[in-house]
Amino acid sequence: MADKSNGTPAIASIAKITAGTKGAAARQKILAFSSLVLLIIAFSLLSPNFFQPYNLIAIMLATAVNGVLAIGVTFVIITGGIDLSVGTMMTFTAVMAAQTVAVWNLPVILGVLMALFVGTICGLASGVMIAKFKLPPFIATLGMSMLTKGLSLIIAKSKPIYFTNAPSFAKISMGSLFPFMKDFQIPNAVIILFGLAILASFVLNSTIFGRYTFAIGSNEEAVRLSGINTDRWKIAVYAVNGLICGIAGILIASRLNSAQPALGQGYELDAIAAAVIGGTSLSGGEGTILGTIIGAFIMSTLTNGLRILSVPQEWQIVTTGIIIIFAVYVDMLRKRR
Amino acid sequence: MKKRTVILALALMLVAAASLAAQTYYIPLISKGFQHQFWQAVKEGALKAAKDFNVNITFEGPESEAMVDKQIDMLAAALAKKPNALGFAALDSKAAIPYLQQAKAASIPVIAFDSGVDSDIPLTTCATDNVAAAAYAADKMAELIGGAGEVAVIVHDQTSRTGIDRRDGFVNRIKSKYPKITIVSVQYGAGDHLKSTDLAKAIIQAHPNLKGFFGANEGSAIGVLNGVKEMGKIGKIVVIGYDSGAQQIAAIRSGEMAGAITQNPVGIGYKTVEYAVKALKGEKFPKFIDTGFYWYDKTNIDDPKIKAVLYQ
Repeated sequence: MADKSNGTPAIASIAKITAGTKGAAARQKILAFSSLVLLIIAFSLLSPNFFQPYNLIAIMLATAVNGVLAIGVTFVIITGGIDLSVGTMMTFTAVMAAQTVAVWNLPVILGVLMALFVGTICGLASGVMIAKFKLPPFIATLGMSMLTKGLSLIIAKSKPIYFTNAPSFAKISMGSLFPFMKDFQIPNAVIILFGLAILASFVLNSTIFGRYTFAIGSNEEAVRLSGINTDRWKIAVYAVNGLICGIAGILIASRLNSAQPALGQGYELDAIAAAVIGGTSLSGGEGTILGTIIGAFIMSTLTNGLRILSVPQEWQIVTTGIIIIFAVYVDMLRKRR
Repeated sequence: MKKRTVILALALMLVAAASLAAQTYYIPLISKGFQHQFWQAVKEGALKAAKDFNVNITFEGPESEAMVDKQIDMLAAALAKKPNALGFAALDSKAAIPYLQQAKAASIPVIAFDSGVDSDIPLTTCATDNVAAAAYAADKMAELIGGAGEVAVIVHDQTSRTGIDRRDGFVNRIKSKYPKITIVSVQYGAGDHLKSTDLAKAIIQAHPNLKGFFGANEGSAIGVLNGVKEMGKIGKIVVIGYDSGAQQIAAIRSGEMAGAITQNPVGIGYKTVEYAVKALKGEKFPKFIDTGFYWYDKTNIDDPKIKAVLYQ
């Protein structure tokens, strides 16, 4: 796995840069995890309808898309960047998948590959703008967000595209690999979320790609001075994020059995919130996939639980806001120590 | 420790909220939105019916009408609460079908409202009869222009149910009842103010003798109004609008617009709950419930009944 051309001294210095953040991240993970458990216990005590197989599956399904987007954006945030285009990029990949399958009548597998390809290209473009043309990530990805939103509307002619000719497409999200569990059929979307999380966690912790992701976020200049082409790695991170947006696009299109071109704006903020609740630092160099997944689950559990308790919608929003602020505040307190 | 106390406080808040729910029928309404004044008026009507029929309701909708998946999550959570009945206004009927089938399997009666649900699962749909409302606008137009002359129409689109119904309601009434009135043009402006303005100006340019102009939704009506204004034809062309909104209300007050049709969102909410209760009692009713509409102009705009259904 190691990049031979850079030699061991570079690796060693990067290890030094990233050292000391692991323990802190672990603590945040434990904190986030215990909050999630507390939330589940509280809601279960408050309503008999909460801890039911049907509702737990509803929560997991509600987490799937945001969770996948949050995994992608976690990579970007760890490099010290941000991606405001993940929501609309997801929509664009969904529209392209629908265009391939429902309009051009090509096989489902080509629709899936199209979504992944388009996502990767969009991410790559953002990465080039940021790394090569030195645009601030905030601006570059804001532009990409509008660009993909507009293209989605143009290609879909501002109307949803339905997968009426390909009933198997819906199975990608809503079918179940384990149909034998009668009352607790976990939809594929959830299995894909967990599978991706495990894979992303491995990439982040055990590959050179992951190590450079952290290193760039901790001290980009030091990494550059140790002879590493940081631009190339940064572009790769944005491209991987785009690819993951493609996965989210497939999941949402398959769940809704249609590509909804107007959807997507605002989803990037949910994804960023999930990463931050899970302990990913917006200043870069710190974060874990497990934390992000827990963050995404905290958000969806909270939303679902408040709905189950019939809390008025306005107060649901207030409560979610308070939890996000609180989670980040606790994270800051922990770092100050 | 601190975090735990906050969570405890939150939990207490939730207990308080949950304990308000008594042991009566529970009917969640999943709408297409909740912030917009229109949906707030629907909610108000639903709450009034909840009080009158002694049932519990909740009213939820996504933040924007694009968020189809968020609405589906709301529907899933509502069904997890094992409701007695369900009110639903689908953003995308096809995406919601699996959940409606679940409701059907669990014998939960579904009442569709507003634009309804494209499926045979809902027992009925409580919505505005747009054909009847637009036909009434045609009657008013005939009355105001003296039963003869040229009129034009701008509609938001030719694909949505409301667009088709309002166009046909108006056009067919004129054709069948007022032979001396000719409809010289029907154009589509996507409900966009600017686009509708340009269309209106072009139509007025082409038809200098135009006596009346109908805009079939808020954006179209404002476009028509702007066009008439910019061409210096205020007072010469009778403008009739649809729905409300601050600009339209102001134009009606000043007399620049003769009047407009408004839907009755309060009635939509009320009837949805009323028919859900009827369904629970096993009563039979038709597949479509007209929730009514109002004509409003300078003379009745401050009537409390009208004021309640207008939104800025």
